[in-house]
Amino acid sequence: MACRTCLWLLGTTFFTCTVRLVVEGTEVGATQESISGIQIVTFKWHHVEAPYLIALWILVAGVSKMVVELNHSLTSVIPESALLIIIGWILGGIIYGADKMQTFTLTPTVFFFYLLPQVILDAGYFMPNKLFFSNMGAILVYAVIGTCWNAATVGLGLWGCWLGGAMGDIDIGLLQFLLFGSLIAAVDPVAVIAVFEEVHVNEVLFIMVFGESLLNDGVTVVLFNVFDAFVSLGGAEIDAVEIIKGIISFFVVAFGGSLVGIIFALLISLLTRCTKNIQIIEPGFIFILGYLSYLTAEMLSLSAILSIVFCGICCQKYINANMDERSVTTVRYVMKVLANGSETIIFVFLGISAIDPAVWVWNTGFILLTLLFIFVFRFIGVFLLTWILNKYRLVPLEFIDQVVMSYGGLRGAVAYGLVAMLDENKFKEKNLMVSTTLIVVYFTVMLQGITMKPLVTWLKVKRAAVTELTLAEKIQNRTFDHMLVAIEDISGQIGHNYMRDKWHNFEERWLCWFLMKPSARKSRDYIFNIFHQLNLKDAMSYVKEGERRGSLAFVRNETKADVDFNKKFRASFSEIMPDIMADNMGPDHEAEKGNDIVPSVCLDMHEQDLTMRESEDFNAHHLLQQHLYRGRKQHRHRYSRSHLETNRDENEVQEIFQRTMRSRLESFKSAKMGVAPAKKIQTKHQKKDKPQKVRGEGTFSPFLHVRPHSHPLIGNVMCMLCNVYVMLCHF
Amino acid sequence: MGSTNSTLSKIPNVEELMQETGFTPAHIVRLYDRFEALDKEKTGHLRPQDFGAINRLAMNPIGDRIIGAFFSPGQETVDFHSFVRILAHFRPADKKRPKDPSMPEPVNSRTSKLKFAFQLYDQDKDGKISRAELLQVLRSMLEMQVTEEQLESIADRTIQEADLDKDDAISFEEFRKSLEKVNIDHKMSIRFLR
Repeated sequence: MACRTCLWLLGTTFFTCTVRLVVEGTEVGATQESISGIQIVTFKWHHVEAPYLIALWILVAGVSKMVVELNHSLTSVIPESALLIIIGWILGGIIYGADKMQTFTLTPTVFFFYLLPQVILDAGYFMPNKLFFSNMGAILVYAVIGTCWNAATVGLGLWGCWLGGAMGDIDIGLLQFLLFGSLIAAVDPVAVIAVFEEVHVNEVLFIMVFGESLLNDGVTVVLFNVFDAFVSLGGAEIDAVEIIKGIISFFVVAFGGSLVGIIFALLISLLTRCTKNIQIIEPGFIFILGYLSYLTAEMLSLSAILSIVFCGICCQKYINANMDERSVTTVRYVMKVLANGSETIIFVFLGISAIDPAVWVWNTGFILLTLLFIFVFRFIGVFLLTWILNKYRLVPLEFIDQVVMSYGGLRGAVAYGLVAMLDENKFKEKNLMVSTTLIVVYFTVMLQGITMKPLVTWLKVKRAAVTELTLAEKIQNRTFDHMLVAIEDISGQIGHNYMRDKWHNFEERWLCWFLMKPSARKSRDYIFNIFHQLNLKDAMSYVKEGERRGSLAFVRNETKADVDFNKKFRASFSEIMPDIMADNMGPDHEAEKGNDIVPSVCLDMHEQDLTMRESEDFNAHHLLQQHLYRGRKQHRHRYSRSHLETNRDENEVQEIFQRTMRSRLESFKSAKMGVAPAKKIQTKHQKKDKPQKVRGEGTFSPFLHVRPHSHPLIGNVMCMLCNVYVMLCHF
Repeated sequence: MGSTNSTLSKIPNVEELMQETGFTPAHIVRLYDRFEALDKEKTGHLRPQDFGAINRLAMNPIGDRIIGAFFSPGQETVDFHSFVRILAHFRPADKKRPKDPSMPEPVNSRTSKLKFAFQLYDQDKDGKISRAELLQVLRSMLEMQVTEEQLESIADRTIQEADLDKDDAISFEEFRKSLEKVNIDHKMSIRFLR
C-alpha cells in the first residue's frame, strides 16, 4: 500500500516534469506548422499552464501528507512537518534533476499573500480566548521583550564574532547583522503548532509559546522595516531621531494592526447579523473579510499577522452566535482544511527550495554561530524573563516549563519568507543569509521537533513520583480542581475583577446588543434564565401539573422505582419527545434518536448492571480515569490543526447542571414535605440589571401549555426538566 | 476602588478580620464589593439562593457542597466575616511565617486547608468520612453512566487504601496521611487571594 502511494506521488511529479518537457517540444512544433485544416483536438498547455500547475502542486502536497500519515508510529516519533520537508527534498531533487534548475521555490509573495493568512486566521479563530487574555501579560513580555532580546543578542553576537574574524571575509556590516538577527529571532507559529501537536504540554505552557509566536510579528515587522530602512540610509544617517521614530513605529504598527483586525471583526459580526436570508454563503464572508483585514494591514504597512489574529479572536464569539449551526460547522471545517493545506504546502516547499545550488553559500562560522546563538540566547532570555515574571504569578512557571518553552522556540517559514524578501543589491550576502535561515529552520523543525517529545517525557519522568497515585489521591485531586473553580466563581475572580467586570458589563450591554442577532442574544440568556426561573413557586406548579395528570404519580420511593412506572412515563411522553428532540437538533436528526437521549435513568442502569458486570474487568483506577468529570479548567482547549472536536464538554455540563437542579429541587421538596427542618427558602428574585427582561411569577406553567414545536429552546428546557422530573421520581 | 478607607470603615471589626485571615486591606475591600454584589437585597447576609444565583456553580459537580461549606451548621445566613474566613482558606500559605506553637493555626495553613476539604466530605460532622458520605461525593463527581455497583466498588477500595484502623471510615488523620504526597498548598490556593 505504501509502495503504491509512493509510486503515485513520484509519478505525479514526473508527470509535471514531463509535461513541461512535452510542452517545450510541442511549442516548437506548433509554431512551425501553419494551419492546414481544422484541429479536432489541440494540446493547449499554455492556455492552462498557471492554474494547472497550482492545482497540481496542491495535489502533490496533499498526496505527500497522505504518504506521511500512512505510518502512525512514524509520525509519533518524527513530527509531520519534518517528514514533509524530507518529501520536499525528494521532490526538489527530482525537479532539479529534470530541469537543471529549481523552477518551483517558495517565493515571498506566494507565501505571504496566499499561504500564511489562512494559517493565522485559523489560529485566531480557534484561539481559547479566556486562556489567552488571562495570560496576556506574560505573553506580551515574551513576545516583545523576548524577541527584542533575541534579535539584539544574536545580531550583536554575530557582529562581534565577525569582527573577531570567525567568519572570514564577508561583505556585511553591523546593521545587516542586526537585521538578520531580527528576522531569525522570531518564533514561528506554523512550526510551533506543527510540533506541539504531537507533544501534549499543559495548556498554559502551550498558550505562552503559541501566543508569543503570534504576537511577536508586531516586533518582527517593525525591527525588519526599521533595520531595512537603516541599511538603505546607510550608517551615517542614523541619529537619535531615527531611533525614536523606530520606537514609535513599533507602537503604531502593533496597535494599528490590532485595531485594523478589531475593526474587521466588528464588520464580520455585523454582517453575520444580517445574513439570515443568505445562510448558504455566510461562511464565505468570514474568509473574505479575514483576508481583507490581512491585506488592509499590509497595505497600511501595519502588522498583518496581528491584524488577522485579532480579527479571528474578536469575532469568534459573535459569529458563532449569529450564524446558523451548519454555517458554523462549515466555517470551522473549511478553516481547518485551508490551514492544514497551507501548512502542508509551506513545509513541502520549504524542502523543495533547499534543492537549489544557486542559493547555497556555505560559511561554517556564520552558520554554526547562528545556530549556537539562537539556541543559547533563547534559553537565557526565557529563563531571565520567567524569573522576573514568576515574582508576579502565583502559579509559577516551573523549570520543566521553561525548558520546554526555550526548546520550543522554533523558527520557520516566516523567517524564510522575510529573508527571501531582502534586496540583493543592498545585501550582498543575501544568499548566505538564505542558506543560514534554511539550515536554522531545518534544525529547529526537524531536530528540535524530533527530540522535543523524548525530552519532555524524560523530564517528566524524572520529576514524577515512581508510584502511581492512589485512588484517594486521584479523587481528591479532582475534588480540589472543582473546589478551586467554585471558589473562584464565588469570589468573583478578584484579581482582575474590576476591569474584567467592567468589560463584561460593557460587552453584555453594548457589544452583544450591537453585534448579535436578537434571537441569538435571547437564547444565550435563556438557558440561564431558565435556571433562575426555577424558583420554587414555579417548580411547585410543575409538580401540581404532574399530579393532576395522573400517570405521573408523585411517589416518594426510597428504593428504585419499578420498571413499569418508567415505561408508562416514557410512553406518555414518547409522542412529544421525538418532536421536541427533532426541533432541538434540527431537521436532520431522525425521530428515533429522541428515545435514546431521554434517559429513563433507572431502566438504563438496570440494563447496564447486567452487561457491565459480565463483560468488563472492573478496575477502579480505570473507571476514575474515564468517568470523573473533568471540570471547567481542564476542558480541552488544546489547539489542534488536524482535529476538530465536537463538544464533549457540553454533555458533561448538561449532566452536572441537571443533577444540581435535581438536588436543589429535591431539597426544596423535602422542605415542602416537612421531612427536613424547613429552611425558609424564598423565591428567587429576578431583579437583574436588565430592564428589558421582565419576567413575572408563574411564567413557568405556560411552558407546559406551549406546543413543543414553537421554539427549539423551550424544547430543550422541557426535555431538561423532564429528565429532572424522571430522576425526581426515583428518589 | 479609590475609596478603600471609606469602604473599610463600613466594615465592623475589620482590623480583627485582617489579623485573623491575613488579607490586605485592598483584598478586604474587593471581597466586600463582591459580597455586596452577591447580596442583592442588601440585607448584609448571604443566603443559599444568593450563591445559587452564580450561574457557573450549577455546572460544578460539588458546587452545592461548597455553598454548604460557607454556612455553619444550623445557620442560614453568612455574614461578611464568615465569608472572608472561608475564602481565607484559599490563600497561598505564607512561606515566611515562623512556626510559633503558641499562636493558633493560621487559616491558610496546610492543616486548615485539609480540614476544609475534609468537611466537604463529612457532612454530618462526626469527624469521620463514612462509606455513605464518600459514596455521595463519588456519585456527584462521576458521570451518570457509572453504575451503583461500580461506585460502591470504588468507594470500598478507596476506604481500604486509606483506612488504617479498620473502622470502615476515614478519620481526619487518615485523610491527612493519604494526601501527604500531594502539594496541598499548590492545589488549594488561588492566585489573586494572595
